[in-house]
Amino acid sequence: MDASTTVLRVEKLCVAYDHPLGAVRAVDDVSFVLRPRERFGLAGESGSGKSTMALAILRMIKPPGRIEGGEVWLQDTALSGLADDAIRRLRLAGIAMVPQGSMNSLNPVVRIRDQIADALADHGSRLSRREVADRVRSLLMQVGLPPEAAGRYPHELSGGMKQRACIAIAICLRPKVIIADEPTSALDVVVQRQVMETLGRVQQQLDAAVILVGHDMGLMAQFVDRLGIMYAGRLVEVAPIRDIITAPRHPYTRMLIDSLPSLEHKGRFVGIPGLAPLLRELPPGCAFHPRCPMAEARCRLEKPAVRAFGADATAACHLA
Amino acid sequence: MSALVELREVTKSFAGGVLGRERTVALERFSFAIDAERPGITAVVGESGSGKTTLARLLLGLVDPTDGAVLYKGHDLRQLSAAGRREFRRDVQAIFQDPYGVYNPFYRVDHVLTTPVRKFRLASSRAERRRLIEEALRAVGLRPEEILGRYPHQLSGGQRQRIMVARALLLRPRVIVADEPVSMVDASLRATILGSLRKLHEELGISILYITHDLATAYQVADTILVMYRASVVEAGDVELVVKAPQHPYTQLLIGSIPRVSTVRDWAVEERQGRVAAVSGCKFADRCPAAMPRCAAAPPPLYRPAPRRAAACFLLDDSPVLQPGDTGSVLAREERPMQASVVA
Amino acid sequence: MLSYLRRNISLGVGIGLLGILVIFMVVGAFTVDTSAAQPLSVPALQPPSWDYPLGTDRQGRDLLAVMVAGTPLTLQVGFIAGFLGVGVGALLAFTAAYYGGAVDTVIRSIADIGLTIPGLLVLIIIAVSLKGSLTVNQMAIIIASLAWLNPTRTIRSQVLTLRERGYVEIARLNGMSGPEIIFGELVPNLLPYLAATLVASVSAAILASVGLEVLGLGPVEAPDLGMTLYWVQFNAAIINGWWWWWTAPLVVIVIVFLGLFFLTAGLDEIANPRLRRTV
Repeated sequence: MDASTTVLRVEKLCVAYDHPLGAVRAVDDVSFVLRPRERFGLAGESGSGKSTMALAILRMIKPPGRIEGGEVWLQDTALSGLADDAIRRLRLAGIAMVPQGSMNSLNPVVRIRDQIADALADHGSRLSRREVADRVRSLLMQVGLPPEAAGRYPHELSGGMKQRACIAIAICLRPKVIIADEPTSALDVVVQRQVMETLGRVQQQLDAAVILVGHDMGLMAQFVDRLGIMYAGRLVEVAPIRDIITAPRHPYTRMLIDSLPSLEHKGRFVGIPGLAPLLRELPPGCAFHPRCPMAEARCRLEKPAVRAFGADATAACHLA
Repeated sequence: MSALVELREVTKSFAGGVLGRERTVALERFSFAIDAERPGITAVVGESGSGKTTLARLLLGLVDPTDGAVLYKGHDLRQLSAAGRREFRRDVQAIFQDPYGVYNPFYRVDHVLTTPVRKFRLASSRAERRRLIEEALRAVGLRPEEILGRYPHQLSGGQRQRIMVARALLLRPRVIVADEPVSMVDASLRATILGSLRKLHEELGISILYITHDLATAYQVADTILVMYRASVVEAGDVELVVKAPQHPYTQLLIGSIPRVSTVRDWAVEERQGRVAAVSGCKFADRCPAAMPRCAAAPPPLYRPAPRRAAACFLLDDSPVLQPGDTGSVLAREERPMQASVVA
Repeated sequence: MLSYLRRNISLGVGIGLLGILVIFMVVGAFTVDTSAAQPLSVPALQPPSWDYPLGTDRQGRDLLAVMVAGTPLTLQVGFIAGFLGVGVGALLAFTAAYYGGAVDTVIRSIADIGLTIPGLLVLIIIAVSLKGSLTVNQMAIIIASLAWLNPTRTIRSQVLTLRERGYVEIARLNGMSGPEIIFGELVPNLLPYLAATLVASVSAAILASVGLEVLGLGPVEAPDLGMTLYWVQFNAAIINGWWWWWTAPLVVIVIVFLGLFFLTAGLDEIANPRLRRTV
């Protein structure tokens, strides 16, 4: 996979958090690529490291966390080599993020149009007032908000509308990559669908790629093209979404899919026994082996390496 | 059917606004009964603002209705004697959504288990108390030695929520009101906790009211379902019928909006953009693709197109109207074997 | 414990200063003749010397004896008034916050109205109207009559934040009554806050008592710190150059207040997790 066919490339990224009892690896040796116009999902439960991953791509890890190793390429540019204000300019313009709970982080005393205008101005746009107003109007239209929303304050909008306003801010500089971290977790199912539809539509209009971080597998199944599964900081499997659902390679993926309640038929309640490990008390060998029904002696001793299966899939399991 | 707990034409509204002028109606003329003889699992499904949480709190006696009455064994909750109240508390218990807030951070987690044993005099000695508690913890898949003696922040959310299920188990209530018991728990653990709830029903005959916004888990856990929209019931009945063949346009919208874990991408549903909330008439009319002029004039009653279904929509107006006393029979359990033990 | 004190510097300093005071009082009680704290015991207006380490005052009191005898008296007023104030205030606060409604409105209104009245003025009026001279305990009760107002308000706010917590609802489902919930669930969570409020209340009470005494409204025969300052001011000790007379009580008062202040700050840190330095 060379640079020309990928818009984002993450290679062996490691993020550690310093802790008085010892450093903890929140993201451990993660590698994946994002193709142009692709929808890539990053799924995992709480503590899997997926949100940290998203922040690390944008170099937004704050102390006591730090990027310990690895590299992120945006097309041909290696992000670790950029100076501070170069990476600042890249955020929103090159890679945009809709962070978790962003609808609650909108400035409550600033109108929507000014929040968008601030984002534009902050990145050195020298548009006249009329041009800014036009841009705001077209952005709102793109995300399906009525033009009156421009003059409103965040508390005057509903949850779904606020989230769409956040998407509007995220796309105002036409980024190549949009990272959406749990964009719909606080929203009703009906509104969720509207917001995801909006996200999909603006992505296509911008010819951008999307990384959707979340834990709702149904959402992933209906939205993404390829899915990565994170567990205890590692990317244990990546594959096209069809294959993840029908033929998962990693036992965790398989058990996760099996545990999901379906609307087709009533079944037994099958969960994954045990608990996700604390990152500072990881078991030896494969982090999943204590909960894995197929664990062998090798799994207890040796951490499985990430192996490729064709051009599109990887899995980190001795038995895959 | 004799009702253990019953809501009779209950309305709950809250005053709001600057001078307390605006009233928000959280629940409107709601009638519902939990059968004393035949325990069942009923799911109450709705989005935020539908009134489902208010319903839970009314049933538990944590708030009083603005209109109508909440009855326990035929007596109004507000008029129960101290002994009657204690009986009520023994019979009706809850599992809440937030596995952290329900623990007093000052005490070890043992406190949530020892307090009810003490208050309801479930054990006659410390040894017996310990035995009961350990038994309850094991029944939900926890190891007592890993749990007892710890503080809440030392355990995971899933463990804390399972302790709450163990607490309900200890009390052997007749009804458990479970308000979003798994929404703050990881996906891999949800099935385990819901399985425990189902087991409580099957093995101990406890009626469960499972309140959630997640239709998929509701379908898996419950036998009957109530779909709520903006303080009223829009559809009710057997869960298989309602989920597979929904009749109310809101239910159809809800089910169609759920993203399925499937290789089939059918995640699109016909919908109208709602504008202004209807003041009179059907509350869903402004968003309903099948809205007719009469929908804005008066709210539709609950029609009963089949013995075990009801929906409040004029599209069904050729069916008989559900009489207030019959709400219970729509949701009554059929005499048939449990479906959930069959592996799909 | 010691390692915690090293991190929570305020608490350590506070305990240290108050500890010095306690040692002073205890050792002094055994070694110094406190009868010399009464007038006409020793030669008057002696500057500090080996016989009289802190000097003597105009009425023939040994100032060292005065300090040893007077410090506990001053602290006694503070503790009685402080404890009474917070005790009553906490009781009212919990009741108002937990039960809400009319009870809350009544208690809150009384506290609010009370807080607008200048406290010192009320104390002065009460002290002046009581015929005969006051004892230390009477003064404590007078101060306590106003000391409960502020704690009621602040503790009430804290309880309001706890009232909606899940564990309170679970407690109700356990069939626990109001008082059971207040004492079993709410008070334990507020212990650090109550301790901090208590110390602050004691400080305020001591300040109020010293204030009253300096104005001449205190127990005239007691050799405590406030009265000593009254005599200092009555006899124009500063102008007359009898520096040892006002230095001694001033130093002790400063130590008392600094100690209480640092103790409050230290307890605040325990009570407010956000102020806690990371473990």
